[in-house]
Amino acid sequence: MSAAVRHRYSLLTRRDKIVLALMVGIPTILDLVFIWAPTIASIGLSFTNWRGIGAITAQNWVGLRNYTFLFTQYLFFWPAVEHNLVWLIFFVCIATPFGMFLAVLLDRDIRGSAIYQNAFFLPVVLSLAVVGFIWELLYAPGSSGLIDGALGLTSQTNAIDWLGTPGLNLWAVLVAASWRQVGYIMILYLAGLKSVDPTLREAAAIDGANEWQTFFRVVFPVMAPINTVILVVTVIESLRAFDIAYIINHGKNGLELLSTLITNNSISEANLIGFGSAIAVVLLVISLGPIILYLNRVFREES
Amino acid sequence: MASSGDTPRGPALPDPGTTQLSRRTVLKGVAGVAGLAGVSAFLAACGAGATTAPTKAPAASAAPGGGAASAPPPAASATGQVTVGSNNSDPAPKKGMQLINAAFTQATGVAVQMNTVDHNTYQDQITSYLQGTPQDDFLWFSGHRMRFFADQGLVTPIDDVWSSVKSNFTSAFATAVTGNDGKVYGIPIDYYPWAVFYRKSVFQQHNYQIPTTWDQLITLSQTMQKDGLIPFAFGDKDGWPAMGTFDILDLRLNGYDFHIGLLTGKQKWTDPKVTAVFQQWAKLLPYCDSQFAGLTWQQSADKLIQKKAGMYLLGLFVSQEFTAAGSPADLADLDFFAFPYLGTQYDAEKALDAPIDVIMMSAKSRSLQEDMANAKAYLDFWSKGSTQLIMFKQGTGLIPTANDTDTSGYSALDKKAVQIVSEAQKITQFLDRDSRPDFAGANGMQSFLAKFLANPNQNLMALQTTIQNFWDSLPPET
Repeated sequence: MSAAVRHRYSLLTRRDKIVLALMVGIPTILDLVFIWAPTIASIGLSFTNWRGIGAITAQNWVGLRNYTFLFTQYLFFWPAVEHNLVWLIFFVCIATPFGMFLAVLLDRDIRGSAIYQNAFFLPVVLSLAVVGFIWELLYAPGSSGLIDGALGLTSQTNAIDWLGTPGLNLWAVLVAASWRQVGYIMILYLAGLKSVDPTLREAAAIDGANEWQTFFRVVFPVMAPINTVILVVTVIESLRAFDIAYIINHGKNGLELLSTLITNNSISEANLIGFGSAIAVVLLVISLGPIILYLNRVFREES
Repeated sequence: MASSGDTPRGPALPDPGTTQLSRRTVLKGVAGVAGLAGVSAFLAACGAGATTAPTKAPAASAAPGGGAASAPPPAASATGQVTVGSNNSDPAPKKGMQLINAAFTQATGVAVQMNTVDHNTYQDQITSYLQGTPQDDFLWFSGHRMRFFADQGLVTPIDDVWSSVKSNFTSAFATAVTGNDGKVYGIPIDYYPWAVFYRKSVFQQHNYQIPTTWDQLITLSQTMQKDGLIPFAFGDKDGWPAMGTFDILDLRLNGYDFHIGLLTGKQKWTDPKVTAVFQQWAKLLPYCDSQFAGLTWQQSADKLIQKKAGMYLLGLFVSQEFTAAGSPADLADLDFFAFPYLGTQYDAEKALDAPIDVIMMSAKSRSLQEDMANAKAYLDFWSKGSTQLIMFKQGTGLIPTANDTDTSGYSALDKKAVQIVSEAQKITQFLDRDSRPDFAGANGMQSFLAKFLANPNQNLMALQTTIQNFWDSLPPET
């Protein structure tokens, strides 16, 4: 910082300084209290076997034991990591591109566009708990479920237990989660598309570009900021996936996710707060990856 | 619900005079059986080895109330309120709670503030609930799950209330509500046995015989399959119902002592005896509903109601679904038998799961000091057969615990339930009530059993090692 710059700041009135201090200070305090303090507390708790009752004493300190057990012995940890990764890949490769595809279609001013928009966006308005409940009814095995019923799979031998069969239920849940994700991405992307300068398309058309080329060579690159937002949203939605699996069976039997493991261990009657915190820390570390990548990119662009 | 219509508007208070005498006579019959034979059973169940003589029922019932219709317990003030935490969130038991609260208010003039929470949520949040701002009195379970919170100091001992009402319970119940420190922490309010339920009409129609041995059970299952029935209805979506099957097989094969030892960490899950349980279970699974993983117990009970399934190993509360989804004729058609014997030395134990529900007094309630007398009066009120009967009449399938309960309204099914429990030499509470909550939870034992059920022919010792490792990883209990 040059002296000139510092000089300019010193021209601020006392009042300005107070306003600035408040505007920076209050968010900082909120950030520290509501984000950093719990995070650091979680990390601290993950080295204990505290059960949420009474004070934490030296006897509660177990060092890395929660982590070694988690990585080497806990039957549900690696499946949960795998399921979260499958979730992420499915969202990135299928749900999100499909949402973008719908947005592009709806951007073309087809007739009844508003109706389609509303129809696809409706699941986003519903809470995931309701989404979980709706799909539970669809997926129920045998004659009680809509899908099995429609397919005529109602006998004891041929009924498909969509949510109860490990290996199948994750995919069934992904379809349900995507139903919502697609609408969310669609709306985000549609908003982005609407803001693209129409003269760009005109120019591309005059230059003889076809629809395909116009989108991939002109519109898509212009939308880079929106694309980044969408990617981040997708990654975050995948990592924090929780509601549907929890509604369906508390995240058991093939639906283990890191988030449900945390809940089942630390918030349930089990109340293994130390162990649950260790899983939470693992999820935090995983989440930091994409966040750091994203911030890195943003800062590089700014500089 | 027909039963709710039948319930008198006011509280079912003890009638003065002769009617009461005649009722006692009935009582002597039924409760006497339960009292004498049941005591040894319940005593053994709780493993305390106490030698208290059986408390006879009739003497007991003289204590509370007698002819004075609305005699409040001495300590109760006539005004004020008591707050109550309830996990009776289903319509029928919730109605029962409301009627009981109204009866309590009418009898004592004390208002009841009830907070009803969905029962799964209630269980999940019990630790923070009891440490935060719990109600004065709250519903919970007996067994290890009660003692755990007593050990943490989150529950107030109620020996004074108990000493005035204990004559209304068999000493077996007394043991069930006694904590590790010898103090009493709860009033037992109901219990229910686990057994194999079936429809009498289905058995008559196909001329099935009640199986008493394993071979008979398998033969019957095969016959049912040929007749187009699912032999065993089974729904494990909620994770806990499968525990009932594990319990009964372990009790039959390895006996009560091993089972309780296993659930309290004195025995190892890697024991070959546990392998034997899983192997036996694997033989039964081909006859169980293959859709179990996606079904709730209610949906499975519907298969029994609809005569799609022949048998169902569950608690007596299965009758709730018969009341809710079936007709009174369906309910009258419901019967059960004890799980067949496997020819081991433990057959004589006639063991079964018969969980007891309790009402307790919290320790951290903000209003407890002010409400103390009322909170105790409310517990006292719950110790009366007349109170418990209000709940029973809602068709909950839960048997009252008080000796002075008027059993004249019991159905044949209820009487049989009383009998099977009283004949048992050993009684367990249920896997998740006899063990630590952090072991039995969704990503603990529930998931381990789901893992087994998904592939019963897997390397069992590997699974058992995983279970034991999980147990070993848990923090010390106190």
